[in-house]
Amino acid sequence: MRRTTSRILRGIALVSTLALGVTACGGSDDDSDTKAVSAGDVQAALDKGGNITVWAWEPTLKTVAADFQKKYPKVKINLVGERSGDKHYTALSNAISAGKGVPDVAQVEYFALGQYSLTKGLTDLAPYGADKLASKYTPGPWNAVSDGDKVYGLPMDSGPMALFYNKTVFDKYKIAVPTTWDEYLDAARKLHKADPKAYIANDLGDPGFTTSLLWQAGSRPYKVDGTKVAINFDDAGAKKFETVWQKLIDEKLLAPVNGWTDDWYKGLGDGTIATLATGAWMPANFTTGVPNAKGQWRAAAMPAWTKGDKASAENGGSSLAVPALAKNKELAYAFTEYANAGDGVASRVGEGAFPATKAELASAAFQSKKFDYFGGQEANKIFAESAANVASDWSYLPFQPYANSIFNDTVGKAYVSGTKLADGLKAWQDASVKYGEEQGFTIEK
Amino acid sequence: MSTSVTASPAKNTAPRLRTPRKKHTPGKPKRNVLLTVLMALMALYTVVPLIWLVINATKTQSGLADSGGLWFAHDFALWDNIRTTFTYHDGIFGRWLLNTLLYVVLGAGGATLLAVLGGYALAKFQFPGKRAIFAVVIGAVAVPATALAVPTFLMFSKMGLTDTPWAVIIPSLVSPFGLYLMWVFAAEAIPTELLEAARMDGASEVRTFFQVALPLLAPGIVTVLLFTTVATWNNYFLPLIMLKDPDWYPLTLGLSAWSSQAQTIGGDVIFNLVITGSLLTILPLIAAFLFLQKYWQSGLAAGSVKE
Repeated sequence: MRRTTSRILRGIALVSTLALGVTACGGSDDDSDTKAVSAGDVQAALDKGGNITVWAWEPTLKTVAADFQKKYPKVKINLVGERSGDKHYTALSNAISAGKGVPDVAQVEYFALGQYSLTKGLTDLAPYGADKLASKYTPGPWNAVSDGDKVYGLPMDSGPMALFYNKTVFDKYKIAVPTTWDEYLDAARKLHKADPKAYIANDLGDPGFTTSLLWQAGSRPYKVDGTKVAINFDDAGAKKFETVWQKLIDEKLLAPVNGWTDDWYKGLGDGTIATLATGAWMPANFTTGVPNAKGQWRAAAMPAWTKGDKASAENGGSSLAVPALAKNKELAYAFTEYANAGDGVASRVGEGAFPATKAELASAAFQSKKFDYFGGQEANKIFAESAANVASDWSYLPFQPYANSIFNDTVGKAYVSGTKLADGLKAWQDASVKYGEEQGFTIEK
Repeated sequence: MSTSVTASPAKNTAPRLRTPRKKHTPGKPKRNVLLTVLMALMALYTVVPLIWLVINATKTQSGLADSGGLWFAHDFALWDNIRTTFTYHDGIFGRWLLNTLLYVVLGAGGATLLAVLGGYALAKFQFPGKRAIFAVVIGAVAVPATALAVPTFLMFSKMGLTDTPWAVIIPSLVSPFGLYLMWVFAAEAIPTELLEAARMDGASEVRTFFQVALPLLAPGIVTVLLFTTVATWNNYFLPLIMLKDPDWYPLTLGLSAWSSQAQTIGGDVIFNLVITGSLLTILPLIAAFLFLQKYWQSGLAAGSVKE
């Protein structure tokens, strides 16, 4: 049911994206933003006051909005946050293509930023002062929000990857925590042999997870330069991923459970899903979603593709962006900067958000924070080190939301039928190329 | 559910039913074990989700994760869950409940009113084009509301009505099935002679409608009201595409938003509140059915026997 609904929603999202593209092409020559803005304008807007609407589901923004209004009593923030994921982007695309009801600030995940910035749906924030903030952020997230000298959003959080593992399960079967993906494969075999109901991980094919692993393995399938795009999954990094993951699939070592479902939360809680390689934002979801496994889980560095290699990758993470049709851009920028570069960051980190700013990542208070959930472990040290080891030359497709939506029809087949992972990636590449060409991108081969 | 209300008519006929008879007659159909078993299984199949809902509304998030679905967890958190459901996110659940009530009162109430007026007119007045209207109504019954949602959205978007409560209320006012039901019911339940008698006595059309026809239509009205209420209460797709502002969400959309929080990075996982909220959402419908049952039961059989 949930799958069908989200398919329908994706369909709607696609239709609106197309409409969005058409509108953007029609009106692209008048860049309404040619008038120069300065930090002074932003301050003037703050003094004058006004209303802004913020579409964001990030829970910590509630406190930030309240603090911001306390600091600038003339500003009223309308925080709309009951929507996330597919529904959020459907609504945002619809509003942009209708030209009505567009929020002043919108939360946009890194993988989706390209789609909105390329169709001129977002305001370039560099003239407002965002270009001077580059040094504040870790390279991964900054690379995701910026394109040359343009800045399409400010990083709100980041997801440097780590390996979360159920220590109780690992101890019970005397399995060592894997430091390489080969060891991970061995651990998977050992665990499933010891308890046929237990699996090292769940995976039924998840585009975000796959691209993150490719990123970590050194694969760079997407090369994007404006509307020139190259897509190629045939490199050494992808081979590394294919080899290990194909074995995990062939030997049925992955739990056939979709992520983010109640089954998934259940599996994380009862020890049948023993590890989770994901972004550093996961502790918050562990605490509220899997409260019964408190004390059982720990964090560790991501397994390496070659022994001793420290490369990491990002998974998830989102920015705040200002749509091109926003009514009150100065105030919108002021709030974005306050939340993602100013005082808001500290309060958000205090509430459990994972920062994208170097200062917070390096601070003693952050690094020495003891996670009760992880048995008192100072997990942030691992996450901060991972953030520093993220290669910054990764890019997503300008139509990544579409590409992700067809992942299960191509690569996903490898998880449920006899298709090889390599063939699946090739099919994904071909389908993405075809779509890109239909959308008017120049696909380099 | 039905036992309490059907008890009174059953009492009158009970002695007659108990007298043993060998031959089966229309009054006492032959027992069929297979059919009884099948019915019992069907009943179980329909009731199990409800039982599941009631049981799981008593669990906390961690209780949900480490207990079986069809029995209670160690903790009994029903009251706590209900309180949290109403206080979570500044009590937005209460707002959604009021929104749903608004949509039901205006949408379903309005749909019933229109169906009653239209059905009465179509049943009791002669005018040209009646057959064409009949064809349109029957055709409209066959079109699922979901198929009309996107065209309706485009139309409302042009009119600037999207993201307002009207976008949900106005489409709910149209109920072809309700109209058809009222039409058939009015044709059978109101003897034309009665209307003629009223007119002969000098009653105006309005007075004839309110004093003669309306009381006779009561079972039909309740039936249509129940159908439209259930349809509006459960409506999901129309509000989904019409509404952006969570302040105007009905319960269905709100619960879905809460449920999808579990799929969000950093989002609160509140399956316990989603389940409790779902239970609270169906309670008013169950209450409506229990209270209105006797009216619509008598309405369902209307016209089935030629006297």
